[in-house]
Amino acid sequence: MPEATLVEAINLALGRAMEEDPDVVVLGEDVGINGGVFRVTAGLQKRFGAERVLDTPLAELLISGLCVGMAAQGLKPVGEIQFMGFIYPCLDQLVNHASRLRNRTQGRLTCPMVLRTPHGAGIRAPEHHSESTEAMLAHIPGLRVVIPSSPARAYGLLLAAIRDPDPVVFLEPTRLYRAAKGEVEDNGESMPLDRAFVMRAGRDITLVSWGAMLKETTAAADTLASDGIAAEVIDLATLKPYDESTLLGSIAKTGRCVIVHEAARTSGFGAEIAADIAERSLPSLLAPVTRVTGYDTVIPMARLEQYYMPSVERIATAARKVCQFS
Amino acid sequence: MASRRVNQDLPVIARFEVRHRNYLAPDGSIARPLPAFTSDAKLLIALYRSMVFVRLFDRKAVALQRTGRLGTYAVSLGQEAVSVGIASAMREEDVLLPSYRDNGALLWRGVKPEEILLFWSGDERGNRFSSGPAHDFPFCVPVGSQAPHAAGVAYALKLRKEPRVAVCLFGDGATSKGDVYEAMNFAGVHKLPAVFIATNNQWAISVPLRLQTACETLAQKAIAAGFAGEQVDGSDVVAMHAATEEAIAAARDGEGPRFIEAVTYRLGDHTTSDDASRYRSVDEVQAHWKEEPIARLRAYLVSRKMWSKADEEQLAAECHERVEQAAERYLATAPRRPETMFDHLYAELPEAYASQRRELAGEHDA
Repeated sequence: MPEATLVEAINLALGRAMEEDPDVVVLGEDVGINGGVFRVTAGLQKRFGAERVLDTPLAELLISGLCVGMAAQGLKPVGEIQFMGFIYPCLDQLVNHASRLRNRTQGRLTCPMVLRTPHGAGIRAPEHHSESTEAMLAHIPGLRVVIPSSPARAYGLLLAAIRDPDPVVFLEPTRLYRAAKGEVEDNGESMPLDRAFVMRAGRDITLVSWGAMLKETTAAADTLASDGIAAEVIDLATLKPYDESTLLGSIAKTGRCVIVHEAARTSGFGAEIAADIAERSLPSLLAPVTRVTGYDTVIPMARLEQYYMPSVERIATAARKVCQFS
Repeated sequence: MASRRVNQDLPVIARFEVRHRNYLAPDGSIARPLPAFTSDAKLLIALYRSMVFVRLFDRKAVALQRTGRLGTYAVSLGQEAVSVGIASAMREEDVLLPSYRDNGALLWRGVKPEEILLFWSGDERGNRFSSGPAHDFPFCVPVGSQAPHAAGVAYALKLRKEPRVAVCLFGDGATSKGDVYEAMNFAGVHKLPAVFIATNNQWAISVPLRLQTACETLAQKAIAAGFAGEQVDGSDVVAMHAATEEAIAAARDGEGPRFIEAVTYRLGDHTTSDDASRYRSVDEVQAHWKEEPIARLRAYLVSRKMWSKADEEQLAAECHERVEQAAERYLATAPRRPETMFDHLYAELPEAYASQRRELAGEHDA
């Protein structure tokens, strides 16, 4: 099977979706001749023309609002927001319109759109380029929030997101864009949304994460293995709605859970998961559920960002502590 | 407004103009030669009948609200010519993106009055438009946020080479929002088949136009987006119909977007929850009653012997009957079951939320 980076996998999925469905259009800032600032849309305008791969004016609210209008007319727009720090002008459109057009009209108008944006820190980018505010989006009823952690899942989940009849925010781990390489077959096969992926089976503790943090989480599981602790690693992949049964099934087996995310701790998506575990899995728990997260501070600029992000050591230490509890 | 500090020695590189359109003077006399469509008495009378119906419908809605049988309602008193003039110039296949005060446009396009009441009672089923154009957007409450949708709709129409036009309505307050400018700017860039119309009723709740903008007109805001804006007497339904018809025809022919500023006056409160006497004088409102659109068109029709007192009485009785029947059908609508609040959240309710629906339905998970 051919190898692809995360960027290449997303590019393949976009090309495949546009090939198979003339209603798919790609829009955003610099997505045309430039192929996007990360080259995610490279070559698409040449293949599909400037009408279907369009450079928008520099206006993020507009991009999200255009997607709503296009989708209501039956197109399948895939909008790109250049960095997650610039997605905030889109919140009005996402909260008030995209996520509820179907409900407001009782199914008369629908909103099959995808809004893609790079997610997370760790590439020494300028200010406002390193956000991981996925929990804000996961709070919006009617929306789906998806974040892949490998090229294969980026390909399969993006195809699923584009084909989905409802709006999806697709977060792309910036740090993995080129760092993650893996086998990707461009066969048009999607992966299921709303499903978590068990990356590694283990009986002692469940480590759950998403996006780029899977890298550190998996490395921590390696470290723990050398200590004789068998960690089960889960990639949540879809945050809204998240696959509670896979997670709780794992905890029923391990009795222990560490949640890892790059976003700030307070009201992070880890809090949602921890609350569900407390409500549903208390009889299985052998130790308190623990979170390893970014700190409750503004994500620092490049020079300090490495201290903000959960490290392999922080994750492994937290996991050992949980395992020592009982 | 030219500043005295402008250096007059520099060459002028661009000049712009904004035109004003009006045919019927406030007293119903002819201010300017009428457009050709006015020779069609049937159309003029249809416009008149529709405006009268909208006013009676509004009055009934307020009465229902005052007696606790309807939620907050936005009356369009004084603005009937804007909604009706616009909608009557559209084709069914065109796409309407209305603001929340455009009852008249929805009614003209065939939305049932009982559905409009259902919406304002707080029931999403009012947006089903079971008899109106299924592609029209529902009332938009977050001000101006429908403008980018209109640009998206128009882009889709152009991409598919469909000879249809997106018609987007918003108020004077909306022109202060980035949404409206971003949408118009994009429509200009791509010469989209879109018509943007600002109903300038002088008041955004309590904030007068002079606090929204320093511009002499709202129409000139189109100039910055690269297309023409026209100011129209929004209390003259002939002018509203003619201006919209021209703008839509140009957009349909691939000439790109147009902008219309419909200058009118909100004779009523902002909504039934508002008391306009807190921020504007009775004298101001009284003065604008002299310009209102229904009396204006009636005066013209009567002067041309196209309308009589008997016609008026018959119309009043007919409208009363229609409004009362609509209200009865609205009041007789069976309530939704609570758990149906989940039914159009997604195409298929994710399992993650299905248990919440079951809980609301009184079913218990095993």
